[in-house]
Amino acid sequence: MPPARVGLAAALVLVALALQVTMLARLQLPGATPDLLLVTVVALALAHGPAFGLVTGFCAGLASDLVPPADHAVGRWAFALTVVGYLAGLAKPEIRRSAFVPLIVVSLAAAASVLLYAALGALMGDPHVTWLALSEVLPTAVLYDVVLSPFVVPGVFVLADRAEPDPVLRH
Amino acid sequence: MSRDTRRTRLLLALLLATSVSLLLIDQRGGDRSPLAGLRSAAAAMFGPVEQVASAIARPVSSAVDSVSTLGDGRRRAARLAKDNQELRRRLRTSDEARNRAAELDALLRISGAGRYRVVPAQVIAIGPAQSFSWTVTIDAGRSDGVRPDMTVLNGDGLVGRVKTVGPTASTVLLAVDPDSSVGVRLERSMEVGFTTGQGAGHHGDLDLRLLDGQSSVERGDRLVSFGSQGDRPYVPGVPVGEVVGVRGTPGSQTRTAVVRPYVDFTALDLVGVVVEPPRTDPRDSVLAPRPAATPSPGATVTVTPTPSGG
Repeated sequence: MPPARVGLAAALVLVALALQVTMLARLQLPGATPDLLLVTVVALALAHGPAFGLVTGFCAGLASDLVPPADHAVGRWAFALTVVGYLAGLAKPEIRRSAFVPLIVVSLAAAASVLLYAALGALMGDPHVTWLALSEVLPTAVLYDVVLSPFVVPGVFVLADRAEPDPVLRH
Repeated sequence: MSRDTRRTRLLLALLLATSVSLLLIDQRGGDRSPLAGLRSAAAAMFGPVEQVASAIARPVSSAVDSVSTLGDGRRRAARLAKDNQELRRRLRTSDEARNRAAELDALLRISGAGRYRVVPAQVIAIGPAQSFSWTVTIDAGRSDGVRPDMTVLNGDGLVGRVKTVGPTASTVLLAVDPDSSVGVRLERSMEVGFTTGQGAGHHGDLDLRLLDGQSSVERGDRLVSFGSQGDRPYVPGVPVGEVVGVRGTPGSQTRTAVVRPYVDFTALDLVGVVVEPPRTDPRDSVLAPRPAATPSPGATVTVTPTPSGG
């Protein structure tokens, strides 16, 4: 993997994670927290394909599992975001088709990540995961992440194209 | 192409297997996990990053509500609007300073009333709601004397307890988390029980279970922390909340009620970590005085200080 690509992804993931816990969580919107990290992972996966998407997802998820104030079992977000990064990367050939493709991918990814994370918790008997909590978090997570993506995805595409020119990322 | 796909799938399987093994090793997290070292290393590295990011993000997130558009594009209007915004920002900043002074005052009052020795700290990061747990990061750590299982409070009452400690930052498990279980006592009675967080979807209310099924509990009853053995994780006397509803199961093994906490967990900012518990139980003295004071005739209360060497 080219170093420019890896460096850019690492920087974006760290910035997204820091902004997420310090700023977006502080907004205290009803339901979920806007998941800047997820949208960044999806954008990087769309830009570089499934292999890069799943590695980015794994690293971002692991960081999210370890960075304070995380308190759940390490590996939960890593698992969820690896799957999401891989699947989002599979959609890379479709991004030229329409401007709505990233939005659709982000909304599916948001739902999938929350469900996978909750399912892993439920399997391990986590008392936090209840139908009520899930019903409150899931729809708002999809909504907020879709709203975030027009601000994030094009920016990530521009940066990725600048680090490593790729005509697919230019409109 | 197909070889590339096969390699990608192999990588996918490998990383998923790694995630699952981490999960199995770490199980429910906490300090006894073999991965606790990894967690505190992450806290050591990322704590300072959060501190800086939080300092930058604080004014930004408080400005989000008042973002205004810049007129119709004419330069003059734009400049005036900009001036206006700058003035508003300054006003807000002084508001913010005043708020923080008030929070600090309240914290001083509560720690003075309960004789708690408190290290003040700032909430710098909040766990995303998607993680389903209620935790925050504060900017005080081992170097400030913070240790795991210390009580965290603010000017309104009990916030939670310290879970993991890094060099300059620690993670606090809030009292609304379903993993939190706080021993409590009803004001002016010996009824004891414990509160548990209900998690998302309950307006941040707590569940109260009283140990004695015959005990009487009413709306408006106030609760203070009972104090854990050795004052860890909860010191006695910290106001917890007020009963807002009783679930009617009289005569059952335990009585349950709904408690509205005094602390607003969605607007946490300045908190204090109790680094030294009070020498004697402060009883109900930390609770704010009741507004409607109707003296009941005949009831004489004599308070005798009984120091219990602790």
